[in-house]
Amino acid sequence: MYNFDYLRPASLAEAVEAMKGEDAQAISGGQTLIPTLKARLASPSVLVDLSGLAELKGVSREGDKLAIGAATRHADVAGSEAVRSAIPALAALAGNIGDPAVRNRGTLGGSVANNDPAACYPSAALALGATIHTSAGRAIAADDFFLGMFETALEEGELVTRVDFPIPTAANYQKFEQPASRFALVGVFVARFPGGARVAITGACEGGVSRWDAAEAALSSDFSAGAVTGMAFPADALIGDIHGTPAYRANLIGVLTRRAVQACG
Amino acid sequence: MAKDFGIGASSKRREDKRFLTGTGRYTDDMNKPGQAYVHFLRSDMASGRINGIDIAAAEAAPGVIKVFTSRDFEAVGGVPCGWQVTDRHGEPMKEPKHPVLAEGFVRHVGDPIAAVVAETRAQARDAAELIEVDLEELPAVVNLRAAVSGGTAVHPEAPDNLCYDWDFPAESKDAVDEAIRNAHHVTVLELVNNRLVANPMEPRAAIGEYDAADDQHTLWTTSQNPHVIRLLMGAFVLGIPEHKLRVVAPDVGGGFGSKIYHYAEEAFVTLAAKVLNRPVKWTSDRGEAFMSDAHGRDHVCKVELAMDAEGHFLALRSTTLANMGAYLSTFAPCIPTWLHGTLLAGNYKTPLIFTNVRAVFTNTVPVDAYRGAGRPEATYLIERTVDKAAREMGIDPAELRRRNFITQFPYQTPVAVEYDSGDYNATLDKVLEGSDRAGFEARKAESASRGKLRGYGLAHYIEACGIAPSSLVGALGARAGLYEAATVRVNPTGSISVFTGSHSHGQGHETTFAQVVADMLGVPEDSIDIVHGDTNRVPFGMGTYGSRSLAVGGSAIVKSVDKIVAKAKKIAAHLLEAAESDITFENGQFSVQGTDKSLAWGEVCLAAYVPHKYPIETLEPGLEETSFYDPANFTYPSGAYACEVEVDPETGKVEVLSFTAADDFGNVVNPMIVEGQVHGGLAQGLGQALMEGCVYDENGQLITASFMDYAMPLAKDLPSFTVDNSACTPCTHNPLGVKGCGEAGAIGSPPALVNAVLDALSDYGIAHIDMPLTPSKVWAAIDAARPAAAAE
Ligand SMILES: Cc1cc2nc3c(=O)[nH]c(=O)nc-3n(C[C@H](O)[C@H](O)[C@H](O)COP(=O)(O)OP(=O)(O)OC[C@H]3O[C@@H](n4cnc5c(N)ncnc54)[C@H](O)[C@@H]3O)c2cc1C
Repeated sequence: MYNFDYLRPASLAEAVEAMKGEDAQAISGGQTLIPTLKARLASPSVLVDLSGLAELKGVSREGDKLAIGAATRHADVAGSEAVRSAIPALAALAGNIGDPAVRNRGTLGGSVANNDPAACYPSAALALGATIHTSAGRAIAADDFFLGMFETALEEGELVTRVDFPIPTAANYQKFEQPASRFALVGVFVARFPGGARVAITGACEGGVSRWDAAEAALSSDFSAGAVTGMAFPADALIGDIHGTPAYRANLIGVLTRRAVQACG
Repeated sequence: MAKDFGIGASSKRREDKRFLTGTGRYTDDMNKPGQAYVHFLRSDMASGRINGIDIAAAEAAPGVIKVFTSRDFEAVGGVPCGWQVTDRHGEPMKEPKHPVLAEGFVRHVGDPIAAVVAETRAQARDAAELIEVDLEELPAVVNLRAAVSGGTAVHPEAPDNLCYDWDFPAESKDAVDEAIRNAHHVTVLELVNNRLVANPMEPRAAIGEYDAADDQHTLWTTSQNPHVIRLLMGAFVLGIPEHKLRVVAPDVGGGFGSKIYHYAEEAFVTLAAKVLNRPVKWTSDRGEAFMSDAHGRDHVCKVELAMDAEGHFLALRSTTLANMGAYLSTFAPCIPTWLHGTLLAGNYKTPLIFTNVRAVFTNTVPVDAYRGAGRPEATYLIERTVDKAAREMGIDPAELRRRNFITQFPYQTPVAVEYDSGDYNATLDKVLEGSDRAGFEARKAESASRGKLRGYGLAHYIEACGIAPSSLVGALGARAGLYEAATVRVNPTGSISVFTGSHSHGQGHETTFAQVVADMLGVPEDSIDIVHGDTNRVPFGMGTYGSRSLAVGGSAIVKSVDKIVAKAKKIAAHLLEAAESDITFENGQFSVQGTDKSLAWGEVCLAAYVPHKYPIETLEPGLEETSFYDPANFTYPSGAYACEVEVDPETGKVEVLSFTAADDFGNVVNPMIVEGQVHGGLAQGLGQALMEGCVYDENGQLITASFMDYAMPLAKDLPSFTVDNSACTPCTHNPLGVKGCGEAGAIGSPPALVNAVLDALSDYGIAHIDMPLTPSKVWAAIDAARPAAAAE
């Protein structure tokens, strides 16, 4: 690590103010950022710790959506009765991130802000058509928020404050673990709404988390495993590395999508 | 009823109390007054010429005490190799210098170029970023086959990148060739034994200290064998005589072989402490460990097994390329030769065996022993080939093995070693029963109903442990003896301190060794302390590796205890006014046969140190004995393993459903510890077979440089193991009849798993998949075979 100053603001307003400092960076659960700092791959001058901000924490059900604060930890999402009854797939997703230590520090806001191409939450946000609320007062649709690997629509110093997840009629997340990191080698989130289905793919695409339009179209007219059986995701824009070729990832996308639909019942 | 103390009891591991309560003392836990810290600047290129190093800015940085480069090491030697292999032309192996800090060239990612010593670790690291190295990239040698096909050389001394080209047994070559030419059937298999990173939980660390007042050096280090380090570093690198150098290996958090070797960092901190006249500490971080700890395995092999029409093995021929990495680590040359070639008979009476091994330099981290060391590579190639042969011959794999088992002992193999004991049918019977082989077809049908492919795989193994008879290994090129030493000191009140040359870094010696002594003397285990790991306290010992500690180190303890008992009997005879031959010693009591006269252990011990009434003319006071034990032969643990898996054909994912082990470790001192050792070995072996694999790209960049890409097995990846060691044939040549259990699990499990997966995939006609059997590889094999399977 390089030296940095550490600030623990008492309110969101203070945090936003602190983020104006040169090379200031937010830290939430630190589960991504601390390893990055240790490896000297980041050198912020100030760390602004969001983990003490009560106004960024908690889950509430508001009509047909769930609102989850950015600093809500994975373990709290996984254990939340509100999440488990409204969107069980989301609770299951959170409960299967990393290990207990990671889940007891890592947060929703950190995950979506980081937009790791193999992270789980971004696929849920995209498939559920979530809205990301920020400290700049913006409400950004997930479709406009995730711009590419590690890239989001957040501006310099702008913080995620809350994510609103519309409640689907059914949803399921299928995660196939990368053998070493245990992140998603491929993860598929399928969500069914009265108006149609949405399918988001994580872990596989060079452009980061992505929707699978063809599968969505097929499922929107016939929400059944049969509708997606044999469908192939184009392999040309898929990641290839020591853990899987693009062809392998394409295969997993097809298999996991079908299984997710089956699991939706 | 199970015993509750001594040999055969599952005594709780006494060392666990401190490990589990955070009071263990590891090297990094220690901080010496005035200590400075070193950070090594390591090469990020696999191969390069150093045209210049500018250390001015780093030396001027805050807190920096000194920046070292190879210039500061001109007067010292290179890191030595402890074994010399002679090649098939009678020439010694190529042994290029391994400098402490790179001299002119870097030869692997992680090769240390410079070392910054500063007041704090962070300052040392900050300053290292200010060093400017003018490094000119050179082409890297990475792939083994390409390395020996001409072109770039890692070292000018070895233009063809060959360390040696070794035939064994040279005289068998023609006969083997002929047998293979004329055989009814020859099974051929090409395979890779994947490169591994040991990844002990505790990364390496070292502290050098120097006391100018009496010119004493001390090295605290994460070692499996402090005396070996003292010998190698003192004599070959720094030129420090033994009496001026103390090496201490305190609690060590796992080694698996990777902490046997003498490493450059140890020599560095020892020398720097003297140059700077203050303690210097180094602690590896995990990333550094990946690129500086010796790696394991990394063989590319071709195997041919010749059989007659009934499947009797007639001849085995293997040719192997073995990766040495960029420099020769301490035992590297002997792993693919004497620890590998000599095991190629396996459990079978194959009459003719020949192997050729070419050891190859590449621009990668040095490769050396890793849990099993050579024997897993031998076992894997034999057991995979036998399984393939069974399929090709249409003979049940268990039956084919039985047909070829060695059943008469002692058995002289055609590859130099003589097995003393074993019963391979017995372990096979145990494992077939324990794994419910008979019920497999029903389970397979059940899996099939869920769209899953179930497979059953067997493997046998034999290993040569209890390393090793010194005269034998000396003839084979070892540059040291491989005996073990022990001092047993009985204190005046009867408590006992045992000083052993073995080193415990997870094996539980403090418990097991105390059980042996308690059993022999009939005294409580907690009156015995086991001391290890400090060259100033224990006699010259060779340390712990090759499953040798109980068989060799334990035998040295037994010898010393025998001497203690013999002397104590003399003292007792004098005190009891009886003839020595009438004294019996049982359950801690000395008695005069046929009388009710007796003395307790403590009374005799006290008399030895308070010799008021004592046969002083014929006997020295005191009760302390030292012994060195040099084994007559290796020990030969063996066993049968069965693995059952389920493969998801859609994703290629392999789930290990059950794993059953039947081991013959000879006599067992502590069944619980033995079971734990097998569990750990199985986890590592299944890790190798399923997911572990160290990968370099074509430029010599380490792709798997962290746990993000190097897959370690987790508990959830493994089933609950079934372990049995009741089919036991005691070792015939050591006093405890023990064979060693530390490596078995890692040796026998990879082929069992791979055989199981290929059994599951048998309908696809897939003959082989190289480890690790990751989902993507298994799926790719299925995908490639699908059209063929569909066409049938
Ligand atoms: C061993 C391990 C396993 C893991 N496995 C998984 C897995 O299986 N699936 C998975 O999805 N993830 C996994 N993760 C990542 C984990 O979920 C992280 O917690 C998460 O990605 C980041 O959240 P955090 O709260 O820890 O963020 P931090 O590490 O604190 O921050 C991450 C980044 O986001 C920024 N940031 C944080 N909060 C905000 C905010 N409110 N607004 C704007 N920017 C912000 C930070 O500045 C930083 O750039 C794993 C991590 C570890 C260490």
